[in-house]
Amino acid sequence: MSTAIVQLRGVSKTYTRGKQSVEVLKALDLDVAQGDFLALMGPSGSGKTTLLNLIGGLDQPTRGEVIVAGERIEKLKSSALAAWRARNVGFVFQFYNLMPMLSAQKNVELPLLLTKLSASERARRAKIALTVVGLAERASHKPNELSGGQAQRVAIARALVADPTLLICDEPTGDLDRKTADEILGLLQTLNREHGKTIVMVTHDPKAAEYATHQVHMDKGALAKEEVP
Amino acid sequence: MKYFPLLWATLWRKKTRTWLTLFSLIAAFLLLGLLQAANSVFNGGGVQNLGANLLITQARVSFTSPLPLRLLPQIEAVPGVESVSFSQFFGGVYKDPKNFFPQFAVAPERWLKTFTECTLPAEQAAAWKNSRTAAIAGKQLAERFGWKVGDRIPLVSQIFPLKDGSRAWEFDLVGIFDNTSADSCPRMGNMYIRYDYFDEARLFGQGGAGIYVLRIADPNRAEAIGRQIDQMFENSPDETKTQTEKEFSLNFVRQLGNLSLILNSILGAVFFTILLLTGNTMSQAVRERIPELAVLKTLGFTNGGVLGLVIAESLLLCLLGGLVGMGLANAVMGALAHAPVQMPPLKADAHVWAIALASMFGVGLLVGLPPALKAMRLSIVDGLSGR
Ligand SMILES: Nc1ncnc2c1ncn2[C@@H]1O[C@H](COP(=O)(O)OP(=O)(O)O)[C@@H](O)[C@H]1O
Ligand SMILES: [Mg+2]
Repeated sequence: MSTAIVQLRGVSKTYTRGKQSVEVLKALDLDVAQGDFLALMGPSGSGKTTLLNLIGGLDQPTRGEVIVAGERIEKLKSSALAAWRARNVGFVFQFYNLMPMLSAQKNVELPLLLTKLSASERARRAKIALTVVGLAERASHKPNELSGGQAQRVAIARALVADPTLLICDEPTGDLDRKTADEILGLLQTLNREHGKTIVMVTHDPKAAEYATHQVHMDKGALAKEEVP
Repeated sequence: MKYFPLLWATLWRKKTRTWLTLFSLIAAFLLLGLLQAANSVFNGGGVQNLGANLLITQARVSFTSPLPLRLLPQIEAVPGVESVSFSQFFGGVYKDPKNFFPQFAVAPERWLKTFTECTLPAEQAAAWKNSRTAAIAGKQLAERFGWKVGDRIPLVSQIFPLKDGSRAWEFDLVGIFDNTSADSCPRMGNMYIRYDYFDEARLFGQGGAGIYVLRIADPNRAEAIGRQIDQMFENSPDETKTQTEKEFSLNFVRQLGNLSLILNSILGAVFFTILLLTGNTMSQAVRERIPELAVLKTLGFTNGGVLGLVIAESLLLCLLGGLVGMGLANAVMGALAHAPVQMPPLKADAHVWAIALASMFGVGLLVGLPPALKAMRLSIVDGLSGR
């Protein structure tokens, strides 16, 4: 039952800075099945973040097709793409990227502001998401009152709260120690196994990649062999 | 409204900076409220209701230096002049300095013949002529203080003491005059006492008549008559300047108008500074949260949505400062109304509020738009990577 939720077809991305242009992704094909937990590995500068940005609809490819959750997202206009992101994707970044002046609860509620939900329903759903990541009792804390691991859990709750089809994580444990990293990865694994979330995660930590169901290696803008653990 | 907590939290991100900006906004709008209220008083004078067949002859130097009474026969003899009255400003305070209204010492017969648009019942006019301490008041003034014919009105003159050195004068109100024209007449708020009594009882200044008010038959000859009078006294110790009552009042207002030009220039400078300051605050506030704005976009906020958030934040800041500033201005004006200063009451009327609100929205938009556009155009990928 492997319906591909992400399909990249001949995707290229070229950055142009002045006269110089760099082809960061080279005619790349990739399928991610529904319910998969994919680890994207590779050296720094190989184009992993660029690839994630295309899958998450944060950026447009220079050439090729990007089909995610059944939509040709490279064809969407900016505002339609924004609405598409709100429905379909949750993002987790290396440095958490929480709003510093908002409490954990309000940070998690942010994506719900774009829905028609009532204030009490927004609060209820945010509370559930915080409970899922095991941080319900820290709801009123500001990001600077949280440890790195806790902040990342809040970020994961924020990515989950609108119930997206796809979770996109760019080095989610890159800033955490081994033990905390293992907890976060365990959480992602649970979300994948128990809650059926499709996850695409970039990491250059082989240990982190072991939590995934599949691993894909990238080098100089192209995909290498696929390994099944 | 659901975005308000987000806006509020964002606004107070850098508390000190927000307070500083807010304080300057409050100060600027306090100033705006006071100055615009003052302006509105200056410009609200009832100049349009003044007739063109009244001429005023004043001392050439200034209307505050009195012309002597001995000029009267010469002025009266000028052809085309129907009647001549004269008015010496008395400068009295009734109970409390905030009860400001003008009083003039006049000759009753002359006053009645010259100010024909004022109507005084015959028996009251007779009473005025019969008693030296008698005085009359405009209907509006009498209503303001609840005066009735027969009341004794104490006035403390700020200018003229009595012979014994005391400044406490007393007058008997014998008449209340009305106005034949439908429009409000500036004289309706005045009080008139008798010149003969005043001149005899005052300690100094005897023979000073103040200004002359002339009724002329033909308004078209106003200029010629005025020129003739002024030529008559040219090179004498009492050079005169004659103009229609309308011009006289307009000049008076124009002096205040210059004042309001100065006040408005100050206000302009203040708001220019405010624009720079608030503009700097807003652009800094946006610059330092580029990554956060990019995150909002990843969450699904549209470019237009982010633009709206930044503008709303700027408007919120300006409205907050503006409303507190205007509130303070109102409080200050309320306090001034009870303070012992001689000035017309200041009030922020609808016009002043309209200017203030327009300024709040104007500053908010002007200052919010550039950073808002920057936030709107921000590419997510650049924003996230801090490029
Ligand atoms: N906006 C951009 N403009 C120009 N070059 C970029 C931009 N984003 C990424 N790059 C370049 O593309 C390459 C791949 O970057 P990235 O996808 O961030 O790699 P990774 O995440 O694998 O470290 C790098 O050489 C980087 O310098
Ligand atoms: Mg990267």
